[in-house]
Order: sequence, then C-alpha cells, then structure tokens
Amino acid sequence: MVRVPADGSREAPIEQLVEVLHRLPGGQILVTSIENVLNWARARSIWPLTFGLACCAMEMMQAMGTRFDLDRFGVIPRATPRQADLIIVAGRCTIKMAPVVRRLWEQMPEPKYVISMGSCATCGGPFYYDNYSILKGIDTVIPVDVYVPGCPPRPEALIEGVLKLQEKIQRERRLTRRLQEAGA
Amino acid sequence: MRSLRTEELILNMGPQHPSTHGVLRLLVTLDGENIVEVQPDIGYLHSSVEKMMEHRNYTQNIALADRGMDYLAALVNEMAILRAAETLADVPVPERARYIRTIFMELQRLASHLLWLGTYGIDLGAFTAFLWCMRERELIMDLFEATTGGRLHHVYFRLGGVNEDLPPGWTDRCREFCHYFLNRLDEYHRLLTGNPIWQARTQGVGVLTREQAVAFGACGPVARASGLQWDVRKSHPYEVYDRVDFQVPVYTEGDCYARYLVRMDEMRESTRIILQCLDQMPEGEVRAARVPLNLKVPPGEVYTRVESPRGDLGIHLVSTGGETPWRVKIRAPSFVNLHALTEMMKGWKVADIIAILGSIDIVLADVDR
Repeated sequence: MVRVPADGSREAPIEQLVEVLHRLPGGQILVTSIENVLNWARARSIWPLTFGLACCAMEMMQAMGTRFDLDRFGVIPRATPRQADLIIVAGRCTIKMAPVVRRLWEQMPEPKYVISMGSCATCGGPFYYDNYSILKGIDTVIPVDVYVPGCPPRPEALIEGVLKLQEKIQRERRLTRRLQEAGA
Repeated sequence: MRSLRTEELILNMGPQHPSTHGVLRLLVTLDGENIVEVQPDIGYLHSSVEKMMEHRNYTQNIALADRGMDYLAALVNEMAILRAAETLADVPVPERARYIRTIFMELQRLASHLLWLGTYGIDLGAFTAFLWCMRERELIMDLFEATTGGRLHHVYFRLGGVNEDLPPGWTDRCREFCHYFLNRLDEYHRLLTGNPIWQARTQGVGVLTREQAVAFGACGPVARASGLQWDVRKSHPYEVYDRVDFQVPVYTEGDCYARYLVRMDEMRESTRIILQCLDQMPEGEVRAARVPLNLKVPPGEVYTRVESPRGDLGIHLVSTGGETPWRVKIRAPSFVNLHALTEMMKGWKVADIIAILGSIDIVLADVDR
C-alpha cells in the first residue's frame, strides 16, 4: 500500500500515513481524529526561540520567570531556531535587524508561528513618527499569527497571546488539506 | 620537528544569542581557544531617540526616555532628562517630590541589578539565581504598579515634581519589602558568593585595571570594581542624595567577581537609602504649581548627569527657547563600558566571553539609543 517512488526517495512518514488512511473505509474520519491529537500535542508544547529585541523581552523574561511561569503551558525557550516552533518578536525591530529576524524565521522548521509582542513589533509603536531607523511593524518582514498589544504588554497579556495561539493551532487542518490536495 | 602552523579564526557571535543581552554582535578573532581581539558591532537597536527628542516637548520626552534609552532604568532616564530641563529652566521641585523621586530611582536600581544578577546566573549556569531574582523583582514591580501604573515604563516624573502622590499604605508596604529584601540578599550571598563554581568562573577573569578604566572612561559598577571611587550620587548630588547616608562600594580587583560584589553591595546600600528616605520624607505637595506641561525652556546649554544602574548617564541639552529641545546628546554608560570590554576580553578563552560580557551589564538600548 505504501508507495515508494521510482527514484528511491522516501516520503515523510506523516505523508505515508495520510496515504494509508485515506484508502481505508472511513479514512477521512480517522485522519480528522489523528489531526486533532496532533494539534493537541503541538499546541501544548510550543517552544519559543530565546530571542529578545528590546524592552518587551524583559516582560517576556518575567513571564517565563517565577510568578507567571510560562512553562505551565509547555512553553520552554530554546536557544536555537532549529529547535523552535515559535518566535516571539519582543520589542522594536530596526531596519538593520530586519534581515536577521527574517533569517531566524526562515531557519525554523515548519510548522512555525510568530507572536508580535508589543506596539513596536506590531506597528512601530512610539517610534512611528520622526524616526528613520525603526521598522513600522514586523509583519512587513515575517507573517504574524498573534498580535499582543501593550507597551510593554504585561506577562498576563503574553500568556493570553500564547493561549490564543494554542486555540489557533487546535483549529488547524493541515492533514485534511493535504488529503484534499491529493484528491481524496 | 616543524612547528604546527595555526590560523586565526573569526567567530561571529550574535546578534541573536541568548547571552548577549539583546542584539549585540561580537566579531571575535580566535587563536585556537584564545581570544585575540573582540570587535563589537552595534546599531542593531538604534532607535534615533536623540533625533526624535528634538520633535517632542519636554513632557513627551519623558515618555520617550523611558522607552528609547536604557529600558531597565526607565525612572533614572526620566530623571536624567528632567534634571537637564529643570536646571536650565530653574523649575522648583517640592521636597516631598524629591524624596519620592529618590525612592523610585533606588527601587529601579534594585530591579535592574536583580535582573542583571538573574541573567548573569543563567549565563554562568546557575538557573536558581534567575528564579529567585525574578521573585523579588515582581515585588518591586508591584510597588511600581501601585503608584505609577506601569511595570517597566512609568512616565511618572514630571517637570517640577511627580505625577501624583503615593497611594495610602504604600510607605508601609515599601518598608516591609526593604526588610524582606535584606534577608533575601543574604540568601543570594549564601547561594553564590562562596560557591566554588561561581568563583571559578568569575574570580580573576576579565581584569580591567584602574588605569585602563580611567583611560576608557568606564563608569558605574565596572569602574568601581577597578578601584575607582566614582559615583555621581556622591560627587554631584542631586535630589536628596546629599541628605542620606550611604557608602559607595569599591573593590580593587577589577575582575568579574569584583563587579558582582559591587552590585551586591549596591543593592544593600540602595535599600538603606530607601529606608532613610521613607523616614525623612515630609508631607506636602508633590508637584510644583504653575509649571506648564509644554514648558518653554530658556535658551542655553546644560550638561547634567545622574547615576544610572549602569553608571554615569549624562545629558547634554541645548535649547533655543522653544517648547522642544534643539539638540539632546545622551552620554550612555553602557556604550562606554562596552568599549572597555574589548580590553577586558583579550587573552581569555572562548567560554569566558559570556562571563565577561555579562559582568559589565550592558543594555543595548542604552548603547545604541
């Protein structure tokens, strides 16, 4: 049942799974259930990149610190983009820094998410007018999933942002979409 | 036998690195494990604050100073801008406001040093220190929040005073916190000061001699750890620092351990200052009457300095008589200390980069502005 292409290349296991399941009677339902389980696991172990730009990074640290403890939500900071699922853009991003943020985002493996933390990352914030060096919003460089407003947002606000991202991940239909693309 | 030929290697560290405390990029030239030269590449957080200040009036500049400059010492930045403007415009400040300002600046110093200690702990592999420091920092944040409404950015000081008086019961809470904190400080000492790993990573590492410190213009705890008796609070007293009794801790070793000890002692002294201010603080007005929000500062030039947690923070303000400054130049302590870093690192191993960099406590928003 599992198709091995003639050129010897192997498809990813998850794609093989889709292949197998959609040929079973009622496979569609099975895929949806598996998808829910996958999303549930994914949403509850979001590993962000240890990456701070400016003031908001302090509140991010407080959120990971003693009183707020983001670890409760499975948010464990990783120091390398290769192990990260989430990049929290915490603080103002300069034009000089923008290519670096873009490259960090590109280095992260799929599926990847972006939280824009604070006014500066969202739209330039207080550095919008009379300013020649700050980017007017990080969404001009990388796609943003959740915006957290505030200057800086309180740790509770960041936690709310993470919860919203979890909801968003839970609603994702990556497998179903792939199944539909395969013509099932 | 022919001697082995070696090549120098250039290691690029940052701008994304968990231990650079922001977006600093270091170009490290290595000979094997040994550091030959370190070249900091800055400007990744340049926010054009000095230019923006020319387009905002003095009250608006307070909010900008919070965010655009050293964000770990927001209230000290506010004081720096206000000291320049108030000196030039000769604005009277009520006594009670002066005490409140001093208390808040010292609380800010505690918060800043606590964050430094926590992150330095992470840098050197002591995660407990981070959790403990964050625990105490949250209590300071609560004190801030009760009065100023903000945790990190306050916009609390105003021309001729502070925005509003302390809420009821605040002084008791603050006093209670100070006594609690002094006990916690002993706890940090028990955790770190005698710790053999901590000592091995910091003692004798990254030495900056007194002569070098003077030559580089190093300031703050970095200079005081190299035996330089220099504190703006003592040499050019502002607010009520001349009325309280406190010591300026000075160590002569010039290594990372000395810089750590200076900051630990400073926290104790800050707590003492807060307690004295709470005792001495008079009742009365907290904001001078008839100081307009868009104050016109008379033409002239002034250079004033305050002691930020990172050192000597200077403001050169030029006014032509308008509502906005004509030019503001910020003399940032982190920028100067970062320059001294190049000298501290020569000859040390790769693993010491983090220990030395962490010990000077730079904030990149302060370096780049």
